[in-house]
Amino acid sequence: MQEQRRSTGPAAESVTKPVLRLEGIVKRFSGVIALDGVDFALEPGEVHALVGENGAGKSTLVKIMTGAYHRDQGAMWLDGAPVDFKTPAAAQSAGVIAVHQEIHLLPHRTVAENIFLAREPRRWGMIDWGRMFAETATLFADLGLEIDPRAELGTLRTAQRQMVAIARGVSIGAKVLVLDEPTSSLAEREVTLLFRLLAQLKAAGTAIVYISHRFDELYAVCDRVTVLRDGKHVATRPLAGLERLDLVCLMLGKSRDALAQRGSAAPVARSVMHDGPPLLRVNGLERGTRLRNVSLDVECGEVVGLGGLLGAGRTETARAIFGADSLDAGTMALRGERFTPSAPRDAIAARVAFVSEDRKAEGIIPELSVRENLTLAALPSLTRFGVVSRAKQRVIVDEFMRRFGIKASSSEQAIRELSGGNQQKVLLARWLCTRPELFIVDEPTRGIDIGARGEIQALIHELAAEGLGVLMVSSDLEELVEGSSRVVVLRDGKNVAELGRQSLSQDAIIHAMATGSAVDDRKPPVGEGA
Amino acid sequence: MALTPLASSPAVIASERASAARRHPSPVLGAVIALIVLVVVNAIFTPNFATASNAWNILWQVSTVVMVAVGMTFVIATGGIDLSVGSVMAIAGAVAAVQLGHGVAIALGFALLCAAAVGALNGTLVARDGIQPIVVTLATLIAGRGLAQVLSNDGQLVPIHNVGFETFGRGHVGPVPAPVVIALVVVLVAAFVLRATPFGRHVLAVGGNRAASRLAGIPVRRTLIVVYVVSGVLAGLAGILEASRIGASDAAKIGLNIELDAIAATVVGGTALTGGRATIFGTVVGALVMQVIATSFNMLLVPYAWSLVLKAAIILVAVYFQRPRRV
Repeated sequence: MQEQRRSTGPAAESVTKPVLRLEGIVKRFSGVIALDGVDFALEPGEVHALVGENGAGKSTLVKIMTGAYHRDQGAMWLDGAPVDFKTPAAAQSAGVIAVHQEIHLLPHRTVAENIFLAREPRRWGMIDWGRMFAETATLFADLGLEIDPRAELGTLRTAQRQMVAIARGVSIGAKVLVLDEPTSSLAEREVTLLFRLLAQLKAAGTAIVYISHRFDELYAVCDRVTVLRDGKHVATRPLAGLERLDLVCLMLGKSRDALAQRGSAAPVARSVMHDGPPLLRVNGLERGTRLRNVSLDVECGEVVGLGGLLGAGRTETARAIFGADSLDAGTMALRGERFTPSAPRDAIAARVAFVSEDRKAEGIIPELSVRENLTLAALPSLTRFGVVSRAKQRVIVDEFMRRFGIKASSSEQAIRELSGGNQQKVLLARWLCTRPELFIVDEPTRGIDIGARGEIQALIHELAAEGLGVLMVSSDLEELVEGSSRVVVLRDGKNVAELGRQSLSQDAIIHAMATGSAVDDRKPPVGEGA
Repeated sequence: MALTPLASSPAVIASERASAARRHPSPVLGAVIALIVLVVVNAIFTPNFATASNAWNILWQVSTVVMVAVGMTFVIATGGIDLSVGSVMAIAGAVAAVQLGHGVAIALGFALLCAAAVGALNGTLVARDGIQPIVVTLATLIAGRGLAQVLSNDGQLVPIHNVGFETFGRGHVGPVPAPVVIALVVVLVAAFVLRATPFGRHVLAVGGNRAASRLAGIPVRRTLIVVYVVSGVLAGLAGILEASRIGASDAAKIGLNIELDAIAATVVGGTALTGGRATIFGTVVGALVMQVIATSFNMLLVPYAWSLVLKAAIILVAVYFQRPRRV
């Protein structure tokens, strides 16, 4: 169901005046540039997709539009008049309204109260309840929503709460609605309802900015797409006639022609094939709407890359294998034995290690020292008579600090004072001193400077060469192609392709991410073909 | 004391200290300076302050608060708080007094067991059910005080006539009051546990970053439960000493408002209320600062109320210097 696009959009032909226009938007966060001269124009009555990989600047741009952030440079016009929103409230009253993924409403109040929050109809200084319920009912009737205005918001399903949030925007008089991943927690049937509502708003002339990672949705509801990458505007195109492969190339910054000629780089790590069960075999993993059917194997001594666009289920897969999140369905086997970790502790006991993609939130303990962070997962093996052995700690800490080249003033320095690359090395070391057999690394080089990046990648190869099985999640195509012996590509929570050494190239990965089919090599994609 | 940082060489320690001090001045250092200033000023201006008997008196008075504050430090290190300590003291005192007929050992054991049970309840509600620590321990603060009074014949004073039991609160080891000896042992053991055992590391890790701790395989729930049990047991011990010192179990009064003193001592000593950073040594210094203020104001015949105002000011100053620096 690909090209079921609505063709009523004004995108291509009529040159209407944009309802919202941003020009040369620059935003820095403590010196780091997040948006670098971005232009954006939104026509009335269009649904405009905003896409980009991690760090592209989508959410920053949206926050500037809706007054949550203030731009450093650039200009913004609403209906041709320059505007300068200092607060979200200012943007709202001007008609630019964000509907967030986490809906910012009051769960314990009624639907109608939420619709009229902070602008309740009054009579003699009191809330005019009758009018509030009546107007809400009229509003819902207009929008074709079947929701009881007197119901407590918290009792509604997610989809309905979202509709309420959108209806609130409409009743405020939204000219521009910004929807950030509106379908991420919706069931398929609810998505249909949402799309129906969007079609209505569009017909009424409301412009919609639509952020999503799901290509099927983009092609189903959006008229045009703006692609951002690394804080820069890359392209704005009508979606009709734009091939998925081209869109992915724009997002990732790869030229299609160049890719085709480049071919595959020789993988560094060897794949050690042997008889008997693989180190890890997972089959049919399912979890909520994020994981729909993921299967993969990891052998000892190989680096298996796990690729896919943002939201494809890479991190979810990694976390599920580590026992950090529970599964709805699927089986896992470690060295041929059933493996059902109910918490990370179980996985660690089975010699599985996991380095999270979010170093700050899920990796370092900021106040503790390098030594304390490094030995955190290995404490049981360092403890004698109930006391953590100083001598054993020192041996391990010294060894890893030397081997990984960890730059710190001493092992007693607080880890939060180290650079990202050095923090990451400490975290890798934290796991290596538990002597894992399966090492799961999620975005091992994200946010790390070039030098440390190469070191960490080399280290991962070294580990595989020593016989560890490595599952490497990465959004960096080069890293996947150069660092993996095989790459499993996920799309919408399913693995759609497995690229072996012969067929491994950035082009092949992009192709699989975009279309969901591989230029096959070893196995047919598991699950149904897209 | 056995509390010097365990780093490799003095030079490294010095450079570490220097760099840390530039970034944010050590809160423990602040408390130590405050204590020194208070002692020196009082030694000069307060008659009879600089005497051995007064020193022992201050230490004797501060010993129960120190014990409770040490437990509180563990709880606060995990990012929690334990308001129920005063009520736990009252429960332990009441249980001990009522059970003394069965012998000192049984009375003590039973009292500490009850204190541990309250701690386990607190910890379970916090760790397993995810209820906010302040709410959980507020509930046990209220219920515990009631329970203590029920246990002691509806809030009557239960007099204690047992020489052995009274030794805990009133006895001496040489010139040193027994409660001071017990508090010192508690402090040394606690400092060692926090610094050198896996449990101590777990406490700081859970308080510093719970998500990361879970992914590192730390038993987060168990650590939280144990921390509240430790706080309960130490409060129970303090309650027993208090009852022994008074020579009676006064369920309505024992440990009343001590949670505030314990939290104040912890905070002034430099343990972060947000969790992840804790110092037992600092807590002891914090408790001493508070006690010196109270004692010296008393000796100078300044109304008690003024000492409360100065204490409050010191707490605010301590928290002000500890506030997060980054935007």
